[in-house]
Order: sequence, then structure tokens, then C-alpha cells
Amino acid sequence: MSTQQPVLQLQNLTRVHGAGATEVHALRGIDLAVYPGELVAVMGPSGSGKSTLLTIAGGLDTPTSGHVIVENTDITTASVKELAALRRRSIGYVFQDYNLIPALTAAENVALPRELDGTSARKARVEALAALEEMGLGHLADRFPDEMSGGQQQRVAIARALVGDRRLVLADEPTGALDSETGESVLALLRSRCDAGAAGVLVTHEPRFAAWADRVVFLRDGAIVDQTVRSEADSLLSGQVAEA
Amino acid sequence: MSIRHGLLALLERGPRYGSQLRTEFESRTGSTWPLNVGQVYTTLGRLERDGMVAQGGRDEAGHELYTITDAGLTELRTWFEKPVDRTSPARDELAIKLAMAVGAPCVDIRDVIQSQRRHTVKAMQDYTRLKAQALLAVESGGARERDDVAWLLVLEQLIFQTEAEARWLDHCEARLIRLSALAPTTGSATPPAAAAPAAPAVAAAATDPTDATTGTPGAR
Repeated sequence: MSTQQPVLQLQNLTRVHGAGATEVHALRGIDLAVYPGELVAVMGPSGSGKSTLLTIAGGLDTPTSGHVIVENTDITTASVKELAALRRRSIGYVFQDYNLIPALTAAENVALPRELDGTSARKARVEALAALEEMGLGHLADRFPDEMSGGQQQRVAIARALVGDRRLVLADEPTGALDSETGESVLALLRSRCDAGAAGVLVTHEPRFAAWADRVVFLRDGAIVDQTVRSEADSLLSGQVAEA
Repeated sequence: MSIRHGLLALLERGPRYGSQLRTEFESRTGSTWPLNVGQVYTTLGRLERDGMVAQGGRDEAGHELYTITDAGLTELRTWFEKPVDRTSPARDELAIKLAMAVGAPCVDIRDVIQSQRRHTVKAMQDYTRLKAQALLAVESGGARERDDVAWLLVLEQLIFQTEAEARWLDHCEARLIRLSALAPTTGSATPPAAAAPAAPAVAAAATDPTDATTGTPGAR
């Protein structure tokens, strides 16, 4: 894994809100690299900086200092135009409340970022249908958001995040509005997209969803205080559970 | 003890020999609680002594077969009907450790919580990966489907247990932060840090502006 280039790199990232007496350090020197095929969960209590981390990684907010490198482009020094192109081509965002466009069908929603990027409508639709099909969502292609359940909408949102060549998906509490069974199915899809080569960052306060990740990063007061890496297959359940 | 009842439950499906019982017990529970053949035969010996199983002939390969008796069936049904006792909780090392860490001079309780949280979440990651595999196995069906379902249920129990523990740890941390923020001052120049000997690092962190948000009721 380490021989590959990371899809996302955060280098000594800080973000300060306000100034003087009301100054709040939302992020203090975050370093994080996410590689292809890897799903990283960021956990922490409210106010620990996890959403700030994700919005900065996605170019939706700018850091006070430090660098965000997506697919070898430093988005902190990129022009507005470069940043917009990068957001269309390289970064997929999944929100708690799905953010699908209500007047468009699932396929049209998924095709939209490709069309905005200059792909012909016909080709974009073909790509969107392929993305939906690959994720087992082909039957939803012509449904409008209000004709789908929350879980279906969120899975379509993941398809939209990863359509075309994009391979970085940033998910901010994607299961927040879902019951736990449906939340699991959304996480299973995210997991399978990462197994297929995407890189994912998942912000959540639910340990059960974080447990789908390869790595769990713990954030406290704007700093990474700890992290876990899952075991290799052979070491699972070897004695560790016998004591339970 | 549950091995006894586990063996009775397997024998209810028909006569079996010792190592066969061991294999079936382990495939149902995914080797979460490994059994050795010796334990199986010791348990069968006791069950036979208590009249709950009887030795009854051999299979074609010459293995001695055990059969469940009527008394064994009654015992098994009673076991299934009677809830597992939760009113006298087993000693829980983690609960005891945290109880002792409150106010302990040699340790920061926040470190104890975090190192446990890392360990617990990591265990959840491992169980979750096994669960994803078990789900695939169940969905693809096949001859071992019943074992796969049993194993899936056991894994999910492990996930629920570790999840409860992780949530409780989060809760403990939030609780300590809230309490240290509320603690009455003792007249020291640095009120919160000095007033909360129970949680020194937590109190120190609470003097930091960003930490005020961590201590809000919404924090989990």
C-alpha cells in the first residue's frame, strides 16, 4: 500500500476560526494520508474538528495553514478554476442529507457532475447507468429522489460521488439520517467501492459504522490523538476473544 | 455451563460421536470459544453420568455414538426456556479499572479510556470484516448455510457488545468533562484544573476554549 501515491494528503493542517479572545483552533496540525483502496474513519466528539477536516479536504473551506493534496494537486494553492475542476473530477462528497437534486432522476443526478465537466449528455448518461448498475442500483435509475427511501438515495449519492474517474469520496455522517440496518447497507457499499480501488474518508461518531473502515482516526480538540489499524486476516479471533 | 447444553442441542438432531460434536460446535460459533476433544469427552461423560445422554452403538467407521435421552431433552428445553441470568453481573475488569482510575494519582483516566477505546474499536473492525464475509456466505446459500447463520449471530453479538463498550467509553469521557466543568472551585487561581482531582487532564483540557464545545450535552 505504501508504494502507492496517496489520493489525499493533509499536511500540518490548521484551521482557526475567529481572532483574539474568541479565537478557536478547530484543527491543530493534522497530518493524514489516504491511499487507494483505503477507507479511513474519523471519529471524535462534537466539536473535535471532524467536519472541519472533511470540508477542508474537499476544498469547501480553506485551511489557516498547511496543505491539502488531492491526486498530486495542492488545492490550497490552486486557482479557483483549478479547484472547481478538481472538485468536479476528483472529489466526491456524500452528505448526511443526501443532497440529490429533487427535479432530476437518480441517473440524471449521477450524470450531472460528468455533464458539468463537459462530457456529452449521452455519454454522461451511459456512465451514470454503468455506475448505478455496478453498485446494484440499476433498478433505481429512473426514480426521482422522493420516490426512493433514504438508504436508496444515499447509495445513489455514493454512485454520484464516484462516477467517472473520481476515486476520492468524502462522507460526512452519511448514515446520520438512516436506521441502523440501512446505515449498514450504505457502509457496505462504501466499503465495496474502496475495495474496488477508491479512497474514502468517513466522518462518524458511531463506532459501529467506523468499524467498517481499514483505519480509525481519533480526533480530540482538533488533533489526531490516536488511530487503529485492522488486523490481518490470520490474526483474527486468535485467543483474544476466548477471554470474553 | 453452556458447553453441556450446546452438546445436548447438537445431539437433539441425532446421534453423534465426540469429535463430530466438537466440529459442529465450532462451526456454529466460528471457533469463538474453541473446544478440545478432551473437554467434549469429559462433558459427555458427565452427561452420561447424569442420565442425559447414552452411548448407543457405532457408525460405519466404528465411532462410538452418543444419543440424547428423555431427561436430556427435558434439560435442553428448560435451558432454552430459561433466560440467561443478568441480575448478578459477572465481574467486569474494565468497569473495575475505570472505577479505580477515578482520582488515581498514578494515571490519567482519559488515557485509560482512550487506550481501551482504540482496542475496542479495533476489535469491532475485525468482527465487522468477519461479519461482511459471513453475510456473503449466508447470501450465497449452500449446504453450510445453517452454520453460517449461527456464526453470523455470534459475530453480531460480539459487535453489539463491543459497540456498547465503545459508546459507554465515549459517555464516560463526556461525563467526566462535564463534571469537571461543573466542579466547585476551591479558591485556587486556576479553578477548573485544581478543582477536579478526579480527572486532571480532562480538567486541564477544559480550560482550553475549543474544549468547551466537547463538553456540551450534544457530545457523545
